[in-house]
Order: sequence, then C-alpha cells, then structure tokens
Amino acid sequence: MATHAAFMPGTEAKSHGVLWSWITTVDHKRIGILYGTSAFFFFLVGGVEALIMRLQLARPDSTLVGPQAYNELFTMHGTTMVFLAIMPLSASFFNYMIPLMIGARDVAFPRLNALSYWIFLAGALFLNASWLFGVAPDAGWFGYANLTSRQFSPTASIDFWVLGLQILGISSLMAGFNFIVTIINMRAPGMTLMRMPLFVWMSFVTQFLLVLAFPAITVGLILLMFDRFFGTLFYAPAGGGDPLLWQHLFWIFGHPEVYILILPAMGIVSEVLPTFARKPLFGAPVVIYSGIMIGFFGFGVWSHHMFSVGLGPVADSAFSIATMLIAVPTGVKIFNWIGTLWGGTVRFKTPLFFALGFIAMFTMGGLSGIMHASPPVDLQQTDTYFVVAHFHYVLFGGSIFGLFAGIYYWWPKITGRLLDERLGKWHFWLMMLGFNATFFPQHYLGLIGMPRRIYTYAPDLGWYFWNLVSTIGAFVIAVSILVFMVNVVRTQRSGPTAGDDPWDARTLEWSIPSPPPVYNFARVPTVHDRDPFWLQKHGDGHGGKPAGRPAPASAAEIKAIHMPPPSYWPILLGAAFLFMMSGALISIYQVVLGGLLTLYCMFRFALEYHRPPSGGGH
Amino acid sequence: MTTRLPSRPRFATVLLLLTVLVLASACSWVGWDWDTPMSTVMPKSDFGKMTHEIFMLISWWTLGIFILVEGALLYCCWRFRDRPGAPIPKQIHGNTPLEVSWTIAFAVILLIFVIPTIRVIFKTQEAPASTALRVEVVGRQWWWEFRYPGLRITTANELHLPVGQTVAFHLNAPDVIHSFWIPQLGGKRDVVPHRVNQLVMTPDTPGEYPGQCAEYCGMSHANMRFRVVVHPKGEFEQWVKAQQAPPVEPTDALAQQGKTLFAQSACVGCHAISGVSAGVLGPNLNHFGSRKMFAAGLMATTAENLTKWIENPAHMKPGALMPNLGMKGEQSKALAAYLLSLK
Repeated sequence: MATHAAFMPGTEAKSHGVLWSWITTVDHKRIGILYGTSAFFFFLVGGVEALIMRLQLARPDSTLVGPQAYNELFTMHGTTMVFLAIMPLSASFFNYMIPLMIGARDVAFPRLNALSYWIFLAGALFLNASWLFGVAPDAGWFGYANLTSRQFSPTASIDFWVLGLQILGISSLMAGFNFIVTIINMRAPGMTLMRMPLFVWMSFVTQFLLVLAFPAITVGLILLMFDRFFGTLFYAPAGGGDPLLWQHLFWIFGHPEVYILILPAMGIVSEVLPTFARKPLFGAPVVIYSGIMIGFFGFGVWSHHMFSVGLGPVADSAFSIATMLIAVPTGVKIFNWIGTLWGGTVRFKTPLFFALGFIAMFTMGGLSGIMHASPPVDLQQTDTYFVVAHFHYVLFGGSIFGLFAGIYYWWPKITGRLLDERLGKWHFWLMMLGFNATFFPQHYLGLIGMPRRIYTYAPDLGWYFWNLVSTIGAFVIAVSILVFMVNVVRTQRSGPTAGDDPWDARTLEWSIPSPPPVYNFARVPTVHDRDPFWLQKHGDGHGGKPAGRPAPASAAEIKAIHMPPPSYWPILLGAAFLFMMSGALISIYQVVLGGLLTLYCMFRFALEYHRPPSGGGH
Repeated sequence: MTTRLPSRPRFATVLLLLTVLVLASACSWVGWDWDTPMSTVMPKSDFGKMTHEIFMLISWWTLGIFILVEGALLYCCWRFRDRPGAPIPKQIHGNTPLEVSWTIAFAVILLIFVIPTIRVIFKTQEAPASTALRVEVVGRQWWWEFRYPGLRITTANELHLPVGQTVAFHLNAPDVIHSFWIPQLGGKRDVVPHRVNQLVMTPDTPGEYPGQCAEYCGMSHANMRFRVVVHPKGEFEQWVKAQQAPPVEPTDALAQQGKTLFAQSACVGCHAISGVSAGVLGPNLNHFGSRKMFAAGLMATTAENLTKWIENPAHMKPGALMPNLGMKGEQSKALAAYLLSLK
C-alpha cells in the first residue's frame, strides 16, 4: 500500500540529524530499542522506590519516610514495575524480535507502532509527573474503590493514576492489535503457525490477553473517572454503588495481566534453552497449547484475588478449582523445559544462567501460588508478605530473570557486540543471591503475620531481623543491576563483535547480520521447520543433510526493497493526546483544544500517504 | 568460543557455597521462630486449625515437588554439561506418553488439594448456631469498634471473647474497605461498606492475641491494630459485668476537673460516655481506663501517652480524624486523668 514515498534503506539518518531520525522512526527495531531503554529507565525508578521502602522497613517504628510518602512509594512501585518496566520491556522484545523471527521486514502497521511507543511514553511521563506536583498516587497499584473516591482521596493523586493508566491502556491496545495482525499476516512463506518460534507464540497469546483484558480495566477506570470528575456513584456504597464492582473489573484485567507479564518471559526461556542445550524444545506443541490454556484460563480465575471479600462458598470453590487447573499447564511447561535440557549438551553462557534462574525461581512462585489457590489457606496469606514473596518470585524470579535472559541472548543481535561473560555471571549470581535474600524471608514474615502495605510495625512481633535481611538483599540486587550497567557501558565501548550467530542458534534472526540492516532480510526466507536456521546449518539430526545457507541477495535486489518512510505524525499525535489528557487536571478549555489538536493529528496521520486516485490536485 | 576458563565454574561454586553457608548460619542463629504474636501457623481456634491442616498438606506436597524439580534441574546442569568436543546431541522433539503421564500426575495431585479445600470452605461458611455470641465489628479509618448487642456493650480496639464459645462476627464499615484479622485465631475477612460479612469461629485457647487491619485503607492503615483477649471459663462473665456497669464517678480533683472539661468541650460530639455524652463517630469511652492499649492498639494506656495524644492526635497516629482541640498543659492532664479513671 502506501509506499509512494519510497524509502531507501540506509538513507534515514542522512537528511536530518540523529535525534530527528529517532523521533520520526517507524523502524520496528528502533522502536524496540526506544521501548527497551525507556523500560529500563523506569525499572530503575521503580527499583529506587523499592529501595526506599526497604530502608523504611529495615527496622521497627522507623521514621525515615512518613506514611504518606510510603503509601505513594508502594503505589508507584507496583504501577511502575507492571506498566512502565516489565510490560514495555516485553514490548521491546515484541518489537525487535517478532518481525525478525517470522522473517518479516517490519510490523504490519509501522506508524501505529511508533504511535504506541509515544503514547506509552506520554502515559509514563504523565503518571510520574505527579511526583513533581507532590501528589503521587497513594491508593495502591490495585486502587481499590471506594478509597479512590473524592471523599477519601480529595487531591489530584488518583486523577494522575486514572488518566495515566488510561493513556497507557490505549498504547497497549494499539500494540496488541498491531502484533496480532503482524503475526497472522506477515510470517515468511512456509512458516505455519506450528512452525512459529516459541517466543512468537507466547507473544501471540500475550497480545490476545492484552486486547481482551485492557477493555475491562478501561471500563473500570472510566467509571472511576466519572465518579471523581462528574459525581457519579458507581463505586459509592452510600449512593447505591458497589466498591466490589471495581474489584471484579480490576481483577478481570489484573489476572490476565499476570500472564501478560510472564508469558513473554516464558517464550524467551523457550528460545534460550534449546539454543544452549543444542536440542529442540521438548514437546513444543504441548508448550504452545499450555501457553494458550494459561491464557484462556487466565480469564476465569480473577476472584481468587477476592477470597477474603466474602463471595460465598460456591464462588470460592469454583474459583479455587479454576486456579488449581491453571497450575497444570504451568507445571507441564516446567517439565518440558527440564526435558529440553535432558540429553543435551548444555553450554553455560549468561543467557542460560538467567533462563535456569527463571525456572528455579518461577517454580517456587508457582508452588506458593498453589497454596493460596486454596481459599481457606488464602484467608491467612492474602494481604500478607507471604503473597508479596509469592508474586515477586513470579514477577521478579520469573519475568525479570526471563527478560534478562532475553537481554543477554539477543544483545549481540541488537548491538552487534557481545556482553562480557564474566560480568554477566557476576550479575546473575549477585541478583540470585540478592533476590533470594530479599524475598525468601518474606514468606516467613507473611506466615508470622506481617501485613502488606504497612509503613511501620511494632518491635515485639518478631519481624525485625528478617526485614533487615530483606533490606540488605534489596541492595545486593541494586549492586547486581549496577554490574549489568557497567557491563553494557564497557562492552559497547570496546567489546568483541558478535558476528551473525554467536550462540549457534536455531531461529531466523540469527541468519542475518548483527545489528540487522533496516530491511532485516535481503531476501525473505522460506521456512520448513520450527528451527529453520539450525536446519540450514546442521540438518534435522535424523539423517537429513544441512539445507545450506541461501545465496546472498544481489545489490539490485536490495535496492528494490521498499521500506516505510519516517513520519513525525506519531509523536505529534502522542503529544496532542497528552496535552488533552493533562487538560483534565488543568482546564476544560485545554481538554477541548487538546481534543481538536488530537483530531487534527489523527486526520493528518491517517491521510499522510493518501493520494487522490487521479493525477489532479496536488 | 567453547573454551572455558577454569576459574569460572570454581568462582560460581564458591559463591553458591558461600551463599548457602551464610543463609544456613543466619537461620540457625536466629532460627525461624513460629510462635510469635501474629503467627498464622499456631492456630488457636477450630477455624484456624481447619485452615492449617490444608496449609500443611499442600506445604508437604509442594516441598516434595520443589525438591524434585530443582533436583532435576541441577542434575541436568551437571549431567549434560557441555564437554570439549561433544557432538551435537540427539535432536529429540518430545515424548508423548511421558508428557501425558506428567500432565495426569499434576491433575491428580491438585485433586488431593481440592477435595479438603472445598470441604473446609463449606464447613467454615456454615450459618452459626443460634447460641453463638454475636459480635458486631465496625472497621473505621483507623480504629475498630466492637459491639455485643446481646450484652449491651460497646467498646473499641479491644475484643474480649470467652474460650470454647462459638463467636459470630458481623463485619461492617461506614467508610472504606478494611479487613478483620486475628492471625492466631484464623483467616481474615474483609469489612466492606454497606455490606455485612460474617466470620464464625470458636477460640479454644485462652490468651492475648494481636489483630490488625489487613486491607489497605488509607494513611494510617499500618496503625489500625487491635487486641483480642480470650478469657478462661468464668472470667469473661466478670468482664461483661464490669463493662455493663455505668461509668464510675471520678473522685480526685484533677479527674473531676477533666470530666467537666470533657462535658463542655467538643469531645462530646464524637465520644459517648453514659450519662455525659452520646457521640458516635469516635470510640465509646465508658470504660476507657480498663483497656490496656488505646488509639487502635498503638500505645499503652498511660497518663503520659494519653496527654500527648489529646494534645496532638495526628502526631501520634498520622491522619487521625480526631481533631487537635488545642488542649494544653493542665487541660489535657485533667482529661487524661478523667479518662484513666473510667475503669
């Protein structure tokens, strides 16, 4: 379609400055890098918030920060890590890797992709701007009604949260649809769905979760926005509303969200293990079906977050059974990963360390999850540090370890340089040590009754020592992240170059140069197997000869590749939208003006490459 | 690329051993003391004990699975580690019988958890017998009110129960969602505005147990604590009798001065003392002096603490809704003396 303004590969940065080329980019790889760096920045922000909380809890009756600041910290820590760190870090891999892994030159809608990123950034900045005005959100990342009503939260804090999350939701929805279309339509010839790499599969399931789960929280947020701005009473019990409505809407989103956070990491691990064990993924179809099952059941378990609400024995039983069911496909995956290692030749490189760390830690998070799948047990554990420990084993031990496996694995592909193995292993062991020192004791603290979201505790409850250990552990994690950053800076300056295929890997992205050219594939490959690149190099291992590398494309072929040209409308549309949304806190006139600007930008965005069918006019 | 520096595995092993050593010594030094004031694994009621049984059942099974999985993982890492010159391993794609069997195994194990779970869910949510002691629990930002409608007693932040008697808690909140939780007596139940939740249990061991709000409810959520006293047989009746008695008249001069001050000031708008005032927004103070702790279990009931509290409530409990009435020096001392005399 719209390729009138044909864009020659490699000419992008020449006509304007480097900065301009980044803000107008529609290249999925550059957008991936933008997502990745923004996400890492917010990961650090959320991490600092966590460190301050840990300092506050290091001893009983501490007065380091007051209750207000502490409540803001845990609210923003949760919101930041979920929406601004793990999700965009996953999105960074979706962006960079999916087109490369399916043999495509870009995503289906490159400008929409850029728009997703700019709207994400707008939402992230909007949310964090609340710190500057001294009204950071303080009702928890779950924002339970009716504490979020004007009556109980009169400042603008919740407004920042409501509007910020809505902005972020729009970004997620656009990205979700974009990747669904990309994966369905843009796979290389021969890549049937069952030949798709596992990371692409898990990402595919994730996109469906995104587009189905976000509408639920959007409805919830809009009702809350109406309550706060226009005086409706959806969540106001005194006016006949129901605060539990929010809990249902939030968790119908919130539980699939957990799988949105973990499935991409599971996909990464399913790529890293076969590469470093030099064996195909054990039972790949079962791993795929398990991923789909997890995604599907993920929508039927939300009320297990509400066992203490008093829904009655029938609902408690039903949601308990559904939750237990979800443990089956999850457990199957863990066994299949171990089956992948079994009989392989396991090469201990840093990406594998993190993937193994993922399995080891995620298993623990899964097992503690089974405990509170039982409502009677959950009544003792919910809202205690036992649950805090549980979901950090899943989201840190799981998602973050998995994402770091992906970072170390694909870094050479993205930058062309290898990260240092020695520093990588320091990073891994320090993070492993720090992580377990931080979160393992929290199981114990929860079992001896320490509730969540408390800024202080009495000295006579036996909570002091292990809280101190937990705080020390958190700082060890911080050191491990510093080691990673040192690694990045050092190797980018003078590290060894990676070559196309440093790990002797199995999938298409390793068959092209590192970093990949703008057009990715000079010649779109034809695929015959789930591990097409391995097949080319080593054969199928059952007597089939290696297929051999295809002949390189000629200069004329490369010259004929048309790539989408850069566009400044995504960032302008994002800015106009941010201007409109922030108007909600400033003035109705700004909302109207911002709305008009947004409409104008949408119009220009839509018609950017529209040409009248006849030659007349312009 | 596949050459390995000998120092790497050694370094990793040393670090791992060190970690285990440090953690092990830390554990043995401090120990994991389970018998603490808010322990969830020392159940002192039928409700808590039923829960605990399931917890232990799941714990043992998951410990077994944990050892199996982590053991298999470590075994794979050791047994199948790359050796120099190793050929490309056999490209195994899966093993259907094996995969089917472990899927079924998981389902069976989960069934072992599900059956007792559902039994206990229904057992613990049965309607209480009509002989049960009814206690109405009102969660407020940020303190607890306890009413015994059958006994015509209203008190705050200190819950008294007889041992061996079934209690039916009726939970309600006028403001936001809280959660009523006495860890040693069993699991929590949310306190939801405009909705009456129920929690039924029979405490079986006399003692004092701390409780705490478990659902984030705003600024001083961390300070929304309470104390539970489970009385031995006979002792509860004495407590009831003392609470039902009208508040005592102060005898010493300072306390009498305090009473006058109380009756003339804004205190009466929120607090009830039979014969003096009838406010309902704050805790009932009829027998304030008999409570061991005040301000939602935050401080011991002493003259010094009480004086400080009256002079600046929000300083002691951030966000406290009790206003600073500008009581100073003699005034706050007199009020404290009066309240302490209300045994």
